[in-house]
Amino acid sequence: MPESITDSKPEKVVCGPGLRGILRHKQPNLYWIDSQQRRYVPSKGENVIGVVTAKSGDIFKVDIGGSEQASLSYLAFEGATKRNRPNVQVGDLVYSQLIVANKDMEPELVCIDSCGRANGLGVFGADGLLFKVSLGLVRRLLAPQSEIAKDLEKMFPFEMVVGMNGRVWVKAKTIQQTLIVANLLESCENMTAQQRQTLFRRVADGSI
Amino acid sequence: MRDTPLSNCERDFILKAIEEKRRLDGRQTYDYRNIKISFGTDYGCCFVDLGKTRVMAQVSCELITPKENRPNDGIMFFNIELSPMASPAFETGRQSELMVKLNRQLERCLRNSKCIDTESLCVVSGEKVWQIRVDVHLLNHDGNLMDATSIAAITALCHFRRPDVGIQGEDVTVYSTEERDPIPLSIYHMPISVSFSFFQQGTYLLVDPCDREERVMDGLLMIAMNKHREICSIQSSGGIMLLKDQVLRCSKIASVKVSEITELINRALENDKKVRKAGGRCGFAESMPQERITALKTHVSPLEMTDVEEKANEIVLRAEAPPQTVPSPVLPGPGTGQVGEGLQSSWGLEEEEEEEEEEEEEEEEQQHKAEEEVTCVAEEKRGVKMQPVPISRWQ
Repeated sequence: MPESITDSKPEKVVCGPGLRGILRHKQPNLYWIDSQQRRYVPSKGENVIGVVTAKSGDIFKVDIGGSEQASLSYLAFEGATKRNRPNVQVGDLVYSQLIVANKDMEPELVCIDSCGRANGLGVFGADGLLFKVSLGLVRRLLAPQSEIAKDLEKMFPFEMVVGMNGRVWVKAKTIQQTLIVANLLESCENMTAQQRQTLFRRVADGSI
Repeated sequence: MRDTPLSNCERDFILKAIEEKRRLDGRQTYDYRNIKISFGTDYGCCFVDLGKTRVMAQVSCELITPKENRPNDGIMFFNIELSPMASPAFETGRQSELMVKLNRQLERCLRNSKCIDTESLCVVSGEKVWQIRVDVHLLNHDGNLMDATSIAAITALCHFRRPDVGIQGEDVTVYSTEERDPIPLSIYHMPISVSFSFFQQGTYLLVDPCDREERVMDGLLMIAMNKHREICSIQSSGGIMLLKDQVLRCSKIASVKVSEITELINRALENDKKVRKAGGRCGFAESMPQERITALKTHVSPLEMTDVEEKANEIVLRAEAPPQTVPSPVLPGPGTGQVGEGLQSSWGLEEEEEEEEEEEEEEEEQQHKAEEEVTCVAEEKRGVKMQPVPISRWQ
């Protein structure tokens, strides 16, 4: 965190060309650029949605959208022992946390927290739809006071799992509603809050 | 690098949605995605966007010796390139199954249907004929590559102009584009392929599948037709069993779609011709840097404008107070007027001292507190450059 500057005049900082995105600001002096990136780079401690691609020996190979597939041990589930294997098939979705993620090693996932409890992680998604959004939108959704999430809640009840690798899973009561939510989320990437609210209102009024 | 695998959840959802007659992007069963056709500066270069699937076709020609058993016919050569740019599942260099299948389908659709008059490509019988080469590059893969490549290939062929050839006895002269206008190929008809994907053993049918629908489908039926309702080629892959009336129904749908698409292609070609003519007369330099005659329109991307007002107010507050206008002009002498005070003349001094000067000038400004209007400065500087007219007092 930069130390607070008390007496200096507001200086002009020149950004070089090649940075595309929205400049965001948080008091007192933290600026960052939100770019609409879609390619995920695994980093430690993030909760991601992965797709199980293979079962080999004691580990599952999970695709999280990065350059390497991650490995998930079958013992890293709540209540799993050598005799009691978790019920995970190839093609299932898992919501898990990255414990090892650097450029020299293959990423590793766990579906369990440090105390041994699942805490919301694990296999999920019997129904519902998985789709991809940009990383910027995912961060906006996961922010504590997310306006997008609040606006969506007002429409109709649905379940949503957001992975920091840009994958979102949504399930509503009917397929129609699920599709609506998915399309709305995909389209509100570049919209301002006002445009989004008008769009949501139009949809809620039953135009679709 | 391998492509993301399709999860069971997505597969189940897509199949269930299809049973309820819903598609992921909200289309109807027989709807095509948005087709956009644009051309490059060269004749024969064409881009086709089918939703997010993007394809580029380039036609070129060359004089070669014909085949021995066909001395009077020109040669058509088709080539489809799948680059990893289109999808992480594609690898360069290797002849994948999909590539072979697409190449073969395009050849059957365009060459075996005899849509181009190959005899007109003959220059000297048995010795020199034109070889027309169509290269199609896949730029983005979002399903239904076959349709996009067929539209791109036939549009590029219609757009292409080959150099004019003059024969005098035994001599053959190929005229360049500057000497004589290039002539278009003689095309009899435009075969366009329409793809149908089948689900649940042929119970459900979708036209123009997108990438995810393609991964879930059981089989694919490709019908290539022209607008005269002549079928040029039919191919069924995936091993599904189709009933006779299903195939007939598909061909009826295909004829409707083909006439719409042919309409669109003709309109795009017309548009391009008009723009080229206008461009030729006015010498459009604008389109040159982009290398496009029909300049692409980018989508208007809305910006975050929610707090623009507040930001603008902040900026205004933080900015320095605007230069005050001097209230009244001063008359130093008869016939002369002065508004504000002159700055030190910087004309004629070297550039190295400019910075120092600016600092000095700023200090002077702050000291004097009376600043000139911008227009005054401009006029004075102009005055300085023209003649030293003593309108204002120098310091």
